[in-house]
Amino acid sequence: MIYQISHNIVSSLGFSSEDNYNAVKSGKTNLRLEENTFNLPEPFVGALVNDELLNAEFEKINNTKNQYTKFEKMAIVSVAKALQRTDINPKSPNVQFILSTTKGNVHLLEDLQGFSEERVMLWKSAEIIAQFFGNNNEPIVISNACISGASAQIAAMRMLQSNACDIAIVVGADVLSKFIVSGFQSFKALSPELCKPYDKNRVGLNLGEAAATIIYGKSEKALPKNSIILTNGAMANDANHISGPSRTGAGLYIALRKAMGNTLPFEIAFVNAHGTATAYNDDMESLALTSALLQDRPINSLKAYFGHTLGAAGVLESIISSLAIIDNTALKVNNLTERGTVAPINSIMENQHCTENKFIKALSGFGGSNAALLFTKVTE
Amino acid sequence: MNLELVSYSRITNDKVIVNGKEENITRTDSSWLTDIYHSKAISYPKFFKMDNLAKAGFLGTELMLQPLDFDRDTRKENIAVVCCNSSSSLDDDTAYQKTIQDSENYYPSPAVFVYTLANIVTGEISIRNKVMGESSFYIMKSFDAKAITAILSGVFSDESIDYCIFGWTEYYKNNCDVLCIYIKRSILNTLDYNKLQELYEK
Repeated sequence: MIYQISHNIVSSLGFSSEDNYNAVKSGKTNLRLEENTFNLPEPFVGALVNDELLNAEFEKINNTKNQYTKFEKMAIVSVAKALQRTDINPKSPNVQFILSTTKGNVHLLEDLQGFSEERVMLWKSAEIIAQFFGNNNEPIVISNACISGASAQIAAMRMLQSNACDIAIVVGADVLSKFIVSGFQSFKALSPELCKPYDKNRVGLNLGEAAATIIYGKSEKALPKNSIILTNGAMANDANHISGPSRTGAGLYIALRKAMGNTLPFEIAFVNAHGTATAYNDDMESLALTSALLQDRPINSLKAYFGHTLGAAGVLESIISSLAIIDNTALKVNNLTERGTVAPINSIMENQHCTENKFIKALSGFGGSNAALLFTKVTE
Repeated sequence: MNLELVSYSRITNDKVIVNGKEENITRTDSSWLTDIYHSKAISYPKFFKMDNLAKAGFLGTELMLQPLDFDRDTRKENIAVVCCNSSSSLDDDTAYQKTIQDSENYYPSPAVFVYTLANIVTGEISIRNKVMGESSFYIMKSFDAKAITAILSGVFSDESIDYCIFGWTEYYKNNCDVLCIYIKRSILNTLDYNKLQELYEK
């Protein structure tokens, strides 16, 4: 069994998984209008990680004289905080780092800020993060657009199952910059207000910054109550369009079907779907969830709490959902007031009590990629 | 895990090799990748919208699949597409950065931005060949045959996957370095990391 040993979230809502979970459970978000940020000609709604708080957290653990970028600091702080709750020695050759990111240090293309040109390479970022912890294994880097965080957890599962390592440290991170925000603006994909996943009046997504870490291990023995097992994971491509979501949800349906295996819909406590709040994504998901007979299960999206955190999203949202199932809670979709997807789905408007012990994390993204993860909570 | 090599292609800055044989490419004033496209009589107008990374990966898979009786028209869930390189999408990232660098000359374009995601090449290959299995993009410092064979074994640990289109798809600063392989789950074992390294070095 592949299970979560520890985890952490660094986001606009706090620097621990629990602080983030409690904020979400109470309906809090720090998504807000950013004007003149990154010298962009147009404002955007985003959730940024506070630089002062991040630097203070980073200085607590930094014993080097090296300079680090915000992206690297967030990832390092997140991994350090996840490790603090374990007795794992990150220097061990049996520990493997896996980085999930879409754009890493891409903002250095505008201004290198004294860093070498190599610093914008994603493998270099991963090397810097792993070496901060004294780990000398070549890190794995996955850049699979919005599903990166799920792909990275699937990679961890495969490595552990094939005995390539004993411990996999999966860290997903992305920061916002002029590069990323201007691109989404050019796509006309952003909402001018707090996003409204699965709502009739949704008009686009919000962006957010985060780093999130899950440390995975394997066990042959029974695990303690409330341990979270990564039971299965699957990916599938729509083979339809490089930027537009599938009109049928075929790829996501395949991923859901493969990840569920023999699990039946009534065994699922909730589906934490992607729910970016763009018109096409949410409609596509409603079709795929219906094909997979999951439309009546509680369905949520966390995007109106954190924004879309890109390469961190799959990891961050898996952690929040893990804490939710331990708390027997299906979290509401923030800012959803009137359901409106092409296929009707049970997107939930209030936090709900749940008793089942499995949940699904689903993601879809550019490149036609889709992923689904099935998690199981140990109940006794 | 036994994997059988079905077909492969190699594209560098001056050479195209398909299954061990060097191909004749007619050079014109167009780019090297466009010359390859025309020389191999490929007809896929979307090619001209792609960035260099997607073009390179697309051509590598076209060349490798051309000699096979590959069914492009039926949806296939049992084939995975995995690509890997060192520079991610930095070639297109640099192009996109130029469109936003100067506030006096600011013209961000969605057509350029979309290719700033490295995995778009896996999407292009999936669309062209109607492949609906896993699509993934990995980044590593340099071509590492051992790490790649480990990734491929992981892909085939999904029992519903019978074939994999794999591409080392590197394109940055006019430097093209592509190795595409088409492999299948098999009782034969004709693709280990030594073989992969040998194909890359040819």
